[in-house]
Amino acid sequence: MLISISAVSFAGSEPDPSGGGTGGAADVVGVTANAPSADDLQNMAATEPLAVKLADVIGHNRIAINMVWTLICGFLVMFMQAGFALAETGFTRAKNAGHTMGMNFMVYAIGMLGYWICGFAIQMGGVGGVATLGGATGLNGEFIINIFGKDFGLFGTKGFFLSGSTYDAVIFSVFLFQMVFMDTTATIPTGSMAERWTFKSFLVYAFFISMFVYPLHANWVWGGGWLAQLGKNFGLGHGMVDFAGSSVVHLTGGVAALAGAMVLGPRLGKFKKDGTPNAMPGHHIPMAITGVFILAFGWFGFNAGSTLAGGDLRIGVVAVNTMLASAAGAVSAMIYMWVFYEKPDISMIANGFLAGLVAITAPCAFVNSVSAVIIGLIAGILLCMSVFFVERKLKIDDPVGAISVHGVNGAWGVLALGLFADGTYGAGWNGVSDGVRGLFYGDFSQFGAQLTGVITNIVFVFTVMYVFFKVLDKIVPLRVSEEVEREGLDMAEVAVLAYPEFSISSSVYR
Amino acid sequence: MTMYMLIHSGGNMKKIEVIIKPFKLDEVKDALNKIGVTGMSVSEVKGFGRQKGHKEIYRGAEYMVDFVPKIKIDMVVSCDMADPVISTILEHASTGKIGDGKIFVSSVEKAIRIRTGESGKEAV
Repeated sequence: MLISISAVSFAGSEPDPSGGGTGGAADVVGVTANAPSADDLQNMAATEPLAVKLADVIGHNRIAINMVWTLICGFLVMFMQAGFALAETGFTRAKNAGHTMGMNFMVYAIGMLGYWICGFAIQMGGVGGVATLGGATGLNGEFIINIFGKDFGLFGTKGFFLSGSTYDAVIFSVFLFQMVFMDTTATIPTGSMAERWTFKSFLVYAFFISMFVYPLHANWVWGGGWLAQLGKNFGLGHGMVDFAGSSVVHLTGGVAALAGAMVLGPRLGKFKKDGTPNAMPGHHIPMAITGVFILAFGWFGFNAGSTLAGGDLRIGVVAVNTMLASAAGAVSAMIYMWVFYEKPDISMIANGFLAGLVAITAPCAFVNSVSAVIIGLIAGILLCMSVFFVERKLKIDDPVGAISVHGVNGAWGVLALGLFADGTYGAGWNGVSDGVRGLFYGDFSQFGAQLTGVITNIVFVFTVMYVFFKVLDKIVPLRVSEEVEREGLDMAEVAVLAYPEFSISSSVYR
Repeated sequence: MTMYMLIHSGGNMKKIEVIIKPFKLDEVKDALNKIGVTGMSVSEVKGFGRQKGHKEIYRGAEYMVDFVPKIKIDMVVSCDMADPVISTILEHASTGKIGDGKIFVSSVEKAIRIRTGESGKEAV
């Protein structure tokens, strides 16, 4: 049979909801250069019983360090929701501030529930054990299509409602960490679709992206699915590699933002009759810049946390590469704006800063600092060019530049890994030996895997999200009425004015 | 209770509306207090005369800021105070550059103090 379908389930250990049984002597075996082997532990059981007992505690502590790291970094990424909320609201108008904040707020709550219902299961159901956390073997079900002898993992089948064998301390930690990444994707389109999106239809979108769209692509890259297996199956480097999610998180979000903005149409008054754009300045630049700084802070959790291991000392390199790329992106955006548009427009510089962060998200663990700076510099320039291309050539209204920050630079980040990865990290990634290496360091096939991943993401996400928005528009209209858009969405959509004291009403003057 | 009597007192009070550059407000207010003006209302307005607006650029798109922020002072004074007020304002609000502002004087028919019901010159 040339094509077969199976739902693979491999043996897992008992779930450990209390966490008491996770982390022991087995987690000491082979973890450092001079760590004991499994044989060593067995052989010394009789002669050095204390050592064996200590190995058990050490193993537990190793797992504990890694879990604490993962959770703390997850908390930092959660805080990025506040960053997105502040940045988007600051860069849009005051009359819609309540609604913009409302979307960024509810996407967290709804995204989490949707992800808990089935998103996490679809993404991570078949990821198998998470070695750095000493467990999670309850995630042992993946739906696989076998074509001509090659396995193509499509989606996970364990972990719905985090119930049954997935009620486990380690799996819960993995859920938290993965959920906040998913929510970063979910909140990106609220930027490109701000100031004219009905709250009702936004709610439907939030469930859809957290339950199905994000998890599917994330399974293919991170859940052991077919994009990750491109190395094992077809010799394309280590398969598609995306350390912290330039594609899984940002490209997905940016492409969804593009589809949504296209279906929604531009804000009233955005384009003059001849198609040239009108400026619609953000109402609170201090709020926006604070939001951007919060995003940069949270990004330390985003990138460095993706080792899922505090004991993996590459985290220092990851964190520094992250910050260098952000600085480079800000500087190149500033120079671009100064040269071509007379002034260092702080909103574009802030976008460039974020673009650098997005672009370094995939390669951060695999490149040196010079590469990180180059990647950031290019990201800032790509960002500026893209903002003007989207607005002036495509005539798509993107109030905050979400498509350019996340979509364009998400793709750049994934491809940059395929160019700049220098082989000093990633041995064994996706089941392929040796460090991850890009084109400039001798491996052309890695770039091929990256390109495959980018094209897959764009085609899949754009098709699904465009069709989704078009269909949704027929059932729950996406766009507010003209009167509501002119007056401001706050009262009509979320029942509270963001700034009631700037309107004359009897309740304000009591 | 004080009876409010309709006294025809038109013609002996003037309303003076002044539009000045915002940074001149403190100086003008202090100078007016010194010559005996005891009350005024101040509002933030935007406007243009010959000063015109200027061009700004946001994310590469140019836009005109036509209206420039100004401060408007409204005060009602007795007739004999009008000229001292005008010369005080001219002395303190002027910078010699375009956009210094304008003074408008009009007659007031009635002025009444709400707390006491007084009217006419006693009310200002």
